[in-house]
Amino acid sequence: MAARFDLWTTLTEPLIRQNPVTLQILGICSALAVTTSLATALTMSVSLTVVLTLSAGIISLIRRHIPDTIRLIVQIVIVASLVIVIDQVLQAFFADISRALSIYVSLITTNCLVLGRTEAYARHHAPVPAAVDAFGNGLGYSLILLIIGGLRELFGRGQLFGWQALPLADAGGWFTPLSLMLLAPSAFFLLGGLVWAIRALLPEQAEAPEHEPPADVRPAE
Amino acid sequence: MADTERNPWRRFLALPNESRTKTLVMAFVVAAVCALLVSGATVLLRPIQTANRAAEEQARIEALVRGIPGMGDLLEQSGGTLSTVVIDLDEGRAAQDVTTDTLDAALADTVNWTALEAGADIAGLGQRPDYAQIFLLRRNDSISLVLLPMTGQGYGGRIDAILAVEGDMNTIAGIAITSHSETPGLGGRIEDPSWQSSFPGTELHDDTGDLRFNVARGDASTAYQVDGITGATRTTRGISNMVRFWLGPDGYGPLIRAIQRGEF
Repeated sequence: MAARFDLWTTLTEPLIRQNPVTLQILGICSALAVTTSLATALTMSVSLTVVLTLSAGIISLIRRHIPDTIRLIVQIVIVASLVIVIDQVLQAFFADISRALSIYVSLITTNCLVLGRTEAYARHHAPVPAAVDAFGNGLGYSLILLIIGGLRELFGRGQLFGWQALPLADAGGWFTPLSLMLLAPSAFFLLGGLVWAIRALLPEQAEAPEHEPPADVRPAE
Repeated sequence: MADTERNPWRRFLALPNESRTKTLVMAFVVAAVCALLVSGATVLLRPIQTANRAAEEQARIEALVRGIPGMGDLLEQSGGTLSTVVIDLDEGRAAQDVTTDTLDAALADTVNWTALEAGADIAGLGQRPDYAQIFLLRRNDSISLVLLPMTGQGYGGRIDAILAVEGDMNTIAGIAITSHSETPGLGGRIEDPSWQSSFPGTELHDDTGDLRFNVARGDASTAYQVDGITGATRTTRGISNMVRFWLGPDGYGPLIRAIQRGEF
């Protein structure tokens, strides 16, 4: 990494081209669990972005002094402490949303996205690039969460941020909510569809097939 | 270079990362800083979190009381903030070691029940819990309404009710029957709002402090009576005895006197 540090590229690269969720398939568990509504998805996104940026900054600050033998546990301790602080702040100022997110805020600790960025990037870069990279990855994660959360809330309840966007059939409108959208499998479908769409547009993201099917398959006579 | 460095911190930082000292000290320093961060956040934010939980509890109680038919309107009229308290019936004051959370557990234990003597047991209960959860509505630091849950023996079985008494502890503000198994159309009419509407304004005690409340046979003739229900003598007597028992010395009597003395 001798090249001049390009702030803009570092920030925007993880949005689509290097998106941590759709390209690296990291942080899926929380992406599926908290996207039933936009409000929870947004809170989770902000929490994760803050934790990710701060932990990347801190770890990058002490990167020359982290003994290799205990580096993972040092990183996890820092991430976990930040997560607890964020969780406490949410409980104090956003009690309702904190209840809706339940344990998923605490589970940011084990979100592989956070450890992935600190381990892969922050450990080898100066604090500013590390923080910018982490922030960009946080935004990439947020983008996916908000897209999925928005689609699920819109089609599951006809709402956006709790505002009735589509008039419900129960209330005299025309829209019948798709309950499937509020269940976990729909997040899989949406995420899968999103990954497929992005890889169709950017073919270089597609992974090389691990096995080539035999060219000519005929049933044995 | 390490030999010439005087500052022990710098000397420490200059150690190779793999050295045992540095590993241990780094682990300790990181752990200590993180511990400070976490406990600091917890301690600083605890008052706000406690306030949040109290507000949540408040909303829960209000939803509970508003869910009782007839009580919601009463609360609207009286205004003020609703709180709940577990009281010790013998002492007539807030229970020391039982809270709303532990009330159910406490009442599961027969130690916390008092057997009633036949003469005093006018409501036909046999035994009575030592603790009860009541609701207080406060306005401007004074009690404007007290909701007293009570239970008694009707014709078909137990009758559970909540009696609302105004802050003077002498005027009934309303009654809600929460469960009963009386004959539909006869005793079952205790559920009717038209019958319950004769409760508000009825007085409990006369000037000498004697409990005068009862349910009349037929129409009420004094300020201490409510109308009876024709054809449901035992049900109305059950209601009458229930209220008389629970406002008497074995029920909320000590509490009522404590509230009148201004102890709440």
